[in-house]
Amino acid sequence: MTDLTQLTLTEARKGLAGKQFTAVELAEAHLVAIEAARALNAYVLETPDQALAMAKAADARLARGEAGRLEGIPIGVKDLFATEGVRTTASSRILGNFVPTYESTVTSQLWRDGAVMLGKLNNDEFAMGSSNETSAFGPVVNPILPANWSAEKARAALAGDKKGLLVPGGSSGGSSAAVAAHLCLGATATDTGGSIRQPAAFTGTVGIKPTYGRCSRWGIVAFASSLDQAGPIAKTVRDCAALMTSMAGHDPKDSTSVDRPVPDFEAAIGRSVAGKTIGIPKEYRVEGMPAEIEALWKKGADMLRAAGARIVDVSLPHTKYALPAYYIVAPAEASSNLARYDGVRYGLRVPGKDITDLYEQTRAQGFGREVKRRIMIGTYVLSAGYYDAYYLRAQKIRTLIKKDFEDVYASGVDAILTPATPSAAFGIAEMADADPVQMYLNDIFTVTVNMAGLPGLALPGGTDAAGLPLGLQLIGRPFDEETLFSLGAVIEEQAGRVTAARWW
Amino acid sequence: MSVDAATVRRIARLSRIALPEQDVPVMQAEINAILGFVEQLGEVNVDGVEPMTSVTPMALKMRDDVVTDGEKAGKVTANAPQSEDHYFLVPKVVE
Repeated sequence: MTDLTQLTLTEARKGLAGKQFTAVELAEAHLVAIEAARALNAYVLETPDQALAMAKAADARLARGEAGRLEGIPIGVKDLFATEGVRTTASSRILGNFVPTYESTVTSQLWRDGAVMLGKLNNDEFAMGSSNETSAFGPVVNPILPANWSAEKARAALAGDKKGLLVPGGSSGGSSAAVAAHLCLGATATDTGGSIRQPAAFTGTVGIKPTYGRCSRWGIVAFASSLDQAGPIAKTVRDCAALMTSMAGHDPKDSTSVDRPVPDFEAAIGRSVAGKTIGIPKEYRVEGMPAEIEALWKKGADMLRAAGARIVDVSLPHTKYALPAYYIVAPAEASSNLARYDGVRYGLRVPGKDITDLYEQTRAQGFGREVKRRIMIGTYVLSAGYYDAYYLRAQKIRTLIKKDFEDVYASGVDAILTPATPSAAFGIAEMADADPVQMYLNDIFTVTVNMAGLPGLALPGGTDAAGLPLGLQLIGRPFDEETLFSLGAVIEEQAGRVTAARWW
Repeated sequence: MSVDAATVRRIARLSRIALPEQDVPVMQAEINAILGFVEQLGEVNVDGVEPMTSVTPMALKMRDDVVTDGEKAGKVTANAPQSEDHYFLVPKVVE
C-alpha cells in the first residue's frame, strides 16, 4: 500500500469513501509517522488512544453510510484549543497540566463532522512569536531543508542543538510543520497578526485566516480578542476550504461570532476568476525587500492575469502604521486577557509570602520572556496618563487602516495580492540576539489584515533560488473567503505544491 | 518616549510579575526599543477619527435573562492548584 500520510485530505477522503483503506489504517499510518518525527517537536502531546477510538467510530459511520464531511480524517490541534480531557497548555509553563473540562467550539465542530484527533501541536507561548521559539516545549523544526544542506547534515543538527535548521514560522509552527512533514492531513491554527499565514509561507503549506467573526473563539486560549481568529493549515487550497467549512459558523457562546450562513467553501474551487479585479498595493513594496520576493509577487499577478483576472495598482496609505499600531493594541489586550493566570484557579502556583507575592512569583516563573514583555508593554500603554497617547491613538489608526481597505474595495477591487512574508524561513536561533522589533517585522504584510478584520489566504507561490518556499497572500472583502479560495486554486494550479522529502 | 528603570519596576508591579533587579536593564532596553518603534504613530493626523471599537460592524446580541449554566463546582475547581470542598485556597488575605 502507498504511504497514506502522503495523501492530501481530499485524496484520503476519496480513498475512505472508496474503501481503499480504513480510517483506522489512516490514523495508524499517521501515528507511526508522528513517532518517527518526534525530533521535529511538532506535537507536544500525542493522543494515539483517542485517535484510534475516533477512527474506529468513523469506520463504523462510513460503513453505515453516515459519513460526515471529514469522516476519518486525522488532524492535529494547536495547543491553544481547549480539548476536553486532553491537556491544553498554550505551550506555556503557566498552564502546566491544565486539563479542560470543556471542548472548544471549533474543535467540537470538526469532531461533529468525523475528524480524528492525532494530538496537540506546538506553538509560540500564548501564540506570541513568529518562529515557534518562545514555546515552553522548545522550538519546532521546519521539515524543509536549509539551503544547500544534505539530509545527513540536517540529521546531525537535529540530534544536536538544531542550530541552522529552519524555523517553521509562528505562532502556529507546530501546525505548519506537522502538515508539511505529513504528520496530519490538516491542522487547526490561530492568527492574531499572521500566525497562520507566516508559518504556511515558511513551510510551503496553505493557510487561511478567516474574516473576524467567522469562527467562534470560544474555548481558544485568548491572546488579543479583537484580532484573534481560528483557521486551518493544510496541504492544498481545497483541503483548507474543506476544513474551514467545518470550523466556521455562528456560536452563541462567542458574542463576536457572526450569525450568517456558512457556504460550502469547497464549491469555490474551480470557479472562474475571469473578470475579477485584483489590487496590487504599492505600499507593500517595502525598502530592502529581496528581489526574489518582488519576482514572486509579479509571478503571482501574472498567474491571475493568465486566468482572466484584471490586475490594477491600488494604494493602502496607512500600511506602514499597521505594525506599530498592532504592537500597542495586541499587548494591551494580552495584558488584560492574561491577568487570569494568577496561580489560584488553574495552572502553575508558586507559593509567596502573601497573595500579591504569590501572583508575582507565579507569573514570573510561569510566563516566558516574550510574554512578560508584552504584558508589561500592554500594562504601560493602558496605564493612567498614557492611554490616550498610545492606546486611543492606535485604535484611531486602526480605523484609518480599515478605511484604506474599504476605499479600495469600494473602487471595484475584489481581492488584493501581496507577498505573505518579507523573506523565506530563517534559521533556528538566528534571531536570538536581534531586538524584538526585528522579529516583529515578519508580520509586516499580514498584520494589516487582522487590524482590519479581513480574510487572508497564504499559499506557496514558488521557491527561492535555494529551493525554500515563498508564500503569496490574497486578502479578501469581509466574509468573501470564497473568492480567495477561487483565486488561490488558480495560483496553486500554476505554481504547484512545495513538498518536503523525508530526511528526519 | 522612553521609560526609566523606576518605571519598568512600576509596570512590573502593576503587571503582577516579579522582576529581579538584574533583569530590569534588559527589560528596559527591550521596552524602549518597542516604544521607539511605535513613536512613528505620532506622525499620523487622527483629528476627527473615531477609535475602532468593533472591527465588524454588528450589534451585540442579547440573550434571554435566564440561568443557562452552573451547578458544576467540581468542574470549575478541577484544575485548581489548591482547593478544598469546592473552594479555591489562597494565602490569608484579611487579618
